[in-house]
Amino acid sequence: MAKTDALQGSLDLLVLKILSRRPRLHGYAIMAAIADTSGEVLRAEEGSLYPALYRMEEAGWISAEWIKKHTGRRARVYELTAAGKKQLGAEESRWQSVSLAINRVLREA
Amino acid sequence: MSLWSRISNAFRGERLNHEIDEELQSHIEEAIASGRDPDEARRALGSGPGATLRTREAGHSIRVTGWLESLVADTKFGWRQLGRNKITSAAAVLSLALGIGSCVGAFRLIDALLWRPLPISNASSLYVLSRKVIGLYGRPTEDEYWATSDFNLMRDAARNEADLIAISDADRTDITSSVGDNTEKAHVAYISGNMFPLFGLEPTLGRLLTPSDDRAPGAGPYAVLSWDYWNHRFGRDPHILGRSLHIGDQVFEIIGIGPRDFTGTEKGTVTDIFLPLSMSGLATLDAASWHRVFLMLKPGVDPGTALAPLREHLSAISHTFEAGCSTCFQGVPQATLNRLLNKELVFYPAAAGISDLQKDYRKGFVLLGLLAALVLLIACVNVANMMTAQAAARAQEMALRISIGAGRSRLIQLILVQSALLALFATVLGAVFAAWSAPFVLGLINPPDDPARLALSADWRVMGFGLALILVVVVLLGLLPALRASAVRPVAALKGGEDPHSSRRLMRGAIALQVAFCCLVLFLSALFVASFQRLQNRPLGFSTDRLLLLQTVTDKGQLPVVWNQTADAVCAVPGVDSVAISGWPLLGRIRINSDISINGAPPSPTPAFFLNVSPGWLSTMKIPLVAGRDFNSQDTSPGVAIVNETFVKTFFPGQDAIGRTFQHGANNPPSKIVGVTPDIPDHDLREPNRPVFYTPFAGVDSKSAPTSEDFATFAVHTSAQNPLTLANELRQLIAQRHNGLHVSNVTTQLELVRDQTIRERLIAMLAAFFAAVALLLAGIGLYAVLNYSVLKRRREIGIRMAIGSTRAGIVRIVTADVFLMIALGGCAGIALGFGAARYVASLFYQVKATDADMIALPACAILLTALIATIPAVLRALDTDPTEILRAE
Repeated sequence: MAKTDALQGSLDLLVLKILSRRPRLHGYAIMAAIADTSGEVLRAEEGSLYPALYRMEEAGWISAEWIKKHTGRRARVYELTAAGKKQLGAEESRWQSVSLAINRVLREA
Repeated sequence: MSLWSRISNAFRGERLNHEIDEELQSHIEEAIASGRDPDEARRALGSGPGATLRTREAGHSIRVTGWLESLVADTKFGWRQLGRNKITSAAAVLSLALGIGSCVGAFRLIDALLWRPLPISNASSLYVLSRKVIGLYGRPTEDEYWATSDFNLMRDAARNEADLIAISDADRTDITSSVGDNTEKAHVAYISGNMFPLFGLEPTLGRLLTPSDDRAPGAGPYAVLSWDYWNHRFGRDPHILGRSLHIGDQVFEIIGIGPRDFTGTEKGTVTDIFLPLSMSGLATLDAASWHRVFLMLKPGVDPGTALAPLREHLSAISHTFEAGCSTCFQGVPQATLNRLLNKELVFYPAAAGISDLQKDYRKGFVLLGLLAALVLLIACVNVANMMTAQAAARAQEMALRISIGAGRSRLIQLILVQSALLALFATVLGAVFAAWSAPFVLGLINPPDDPARLALSADWRVMGFGLALILVVVVLLGLLPALRASAVRPVAALKGGEDPHSSRRLMRGAIALQVAFCCLVLFLSALFVASFQRLQNRPLGFSTDRLLLLQTVTDKGQLPVVWNQTADAVCAVPGVDSVAISGWPLLGRIRINSDISINGAPPSPTPAFFLNVSPGWLSTMKIPLVAGRDFNSQDTSPGVAIVNETFVKTFFPGQDAIGRTFQHGANNPPSKIVGVTPDIPDHDLREPNRPVFYTPFAGVDSKSAPTSEDFATFAVHTSAQNPLTLANELRQLIAQRHNGLHVSNVTTQLELVRDQTIRERLIAMLAAFFAAVALLLAGIGLYAVLNYSVLKRRREIGIRMAIGSTRAGIVRIVTADVFLMIALGGCAGIALGFGAARYVASLFYQVKATDADMIALPACAILLTALIATIPAVLRALDTDPTEILRAE
């Protein structure tokens, strides 16, 4: 539970950031990437990852496409759109200012 | 992409779920492939059973527009619901379609005839000039026609504030075009040269008439064809310009084709040919009031302040003109002169044009619109009742939905969607009905050889009306049942004990409403049908059997002897029994009055109407003589006359009229009465008998020289049953005599009589149709409500029977309140009927709204229908088996 709490409000940012580095990932790969790059500290729950993906898709930040995998199954891969890049910038600067503010509070107190 | 994808996703909910499932499935696969435990991976999509489902739901709701998806679901559900009761639904759709179609059809006619602005610029600042005057027999009437000289004076006087435009009615005229030699009929209107520029119209081809074409008598022999005429007569021949048209002895050059949608200002008639005003011989006659005068305010002139002073000014000018007109009122007695000069000039808005058709059919059309609306209301009440019953039957389902958390608004949506579905299907059918019915009814107006024509375009006005109608219907249908259904109290309904009276109260109100509407329709229909019957059955006093009428004209006029020779030639044709000549046919819409003076006294205030007839005309028409003799070949006019009985009663009361003399017209020598005939309707079937005198067809002037006649009608009695079989032969025979006579119009006396009752026949026919539909719908509605209420009260009836209620008692409790509602509704309907009948009283002939049989008829029809409709329900109630009911409890 602690892990999801840490993600509160920042899942969008993480997904957008991952997709900006590595385009055309499917849901599981995004989840794995979050876990990998955070050194297994952050974990996106499937139950919140997919609704978040759909929401961002409807908002036009990411676009989705079905591809055929080598197993024969189809997979849905996601990619950042131009609007998504802009959104990523906004989210990043917001995160920076928030974490800066939190650090300041931690130092002062 | 996002809104659109969410909307489209709403219509493919199942496929969307599959896609989400597929994506989640592929997720689990990846997880397993990367070494995770399958069960754990599956669980990871959420914890606990149904978690995958919840993830899917969460994903789903993000990717669709929620309300739209529920709407789609409700539509599917409503569709299934309608499909479940196929016959009821079909009946509902059909009855609504009939109502909606009738309403839209009536709207199309009313809009096209009365409301739709002319396709010209500034239609809203167009007015028409008219004069209120006391007419014959002291009746107030309107004089809408003006002399050209009067028009010119007024046009110059109004110059600063407004432009005046003269337009004659588009009369059916004989014309010969240089393409082919045949004479044919076309609607010809004379217009002042400023009409086309002021209306802002552009030619399709060539040029339009201008003020310079209309500057002097005979100076502008130019004709402009309407687009419609160019299209249907000349097949849009681009080389039409420069060709000539012969009208009478004048030749006109075709100089242009008018704009496509402009068909003149006379709604109901399509003008074929426009000619300059000054080219008509009537334009130079001060005594001839022959064209309408329109007024178009100059741009920037405020009608609120400008019209009143303009009216005063023009009124004074017109009065001065008429008072100073030496030829206008020759030999008119001073009293009549004072009456005729005492006119009040009025302006009427003429944005939608002006025509006799508008005047004749305004009330009739509005009435038909009202009947159509009532039928639609009755149909709506029926369907609303049906839906209330269905909703009541579904009360438990509703209760269940509410108790498991469905919002009440969602329930209202469910029912409104269902009624919208009904309305939609009905509208599609109704549109087909309206597309057919409006032109059909229009085609029944006016005689078949010269039908009324209106542009019945299905444009945004009609669409807008249709949409508004659908909205009203949906609300009428759905709102009550929806509110009722959503007011369901789950606890009571699930226990099975909903208040048994609540839905019946609503339905009883519906019965009263329905009966009131139905009664109103029946009452008005009965009045119109009775009017038509009495008019049609009015005794004529002359024969219409096998009488062919050849309306014949000459360009220069011919002496009576030539007309008589032609009549003899026609009589020699095999199959012709007898031939006679009259100036114009009976009931042919022409009549000319004349002032009568007895013994050199000043003319009496009552005028008489005359008709010049040849010897033998009375016997050909089978009009008997009450006294005296027919004309013989030596009789001339003036000199002798035959009069009708009303003439005798008016001018020689209580005396023997034979041998007496009277003077007709100014400065004529006296005529001696040689015969008396019974009264016959000579001009209009609706009018009471007037004094009429017949003069010999052979006229002489003051020096006893024969006078020539421009036109006359041959009345040909044929031995064949259908007189029209001889028409072509006789027409050619007359043309081949080369004496200047040619047949301008062929008809039969029977047709002329029929043409007199066209409007009454049309209104009576449509009213009877609406009455039949209304009665049928009301009967079905009554049956359904009673049947339903008996079903609902089975328990009560069973108990009553078990404790000893008699069969009569059961019948009473089942029917008493219904018949009370019928009585209430009937009274309300008749009361409404009195109000409506006052508005249309001018369309009645010898019937009054207060006639006892006019009230009894609809009352009996309603009662009879109610009795028939209640029998099945009563039988079902009496059939109730108390033991079975009580055992079932």
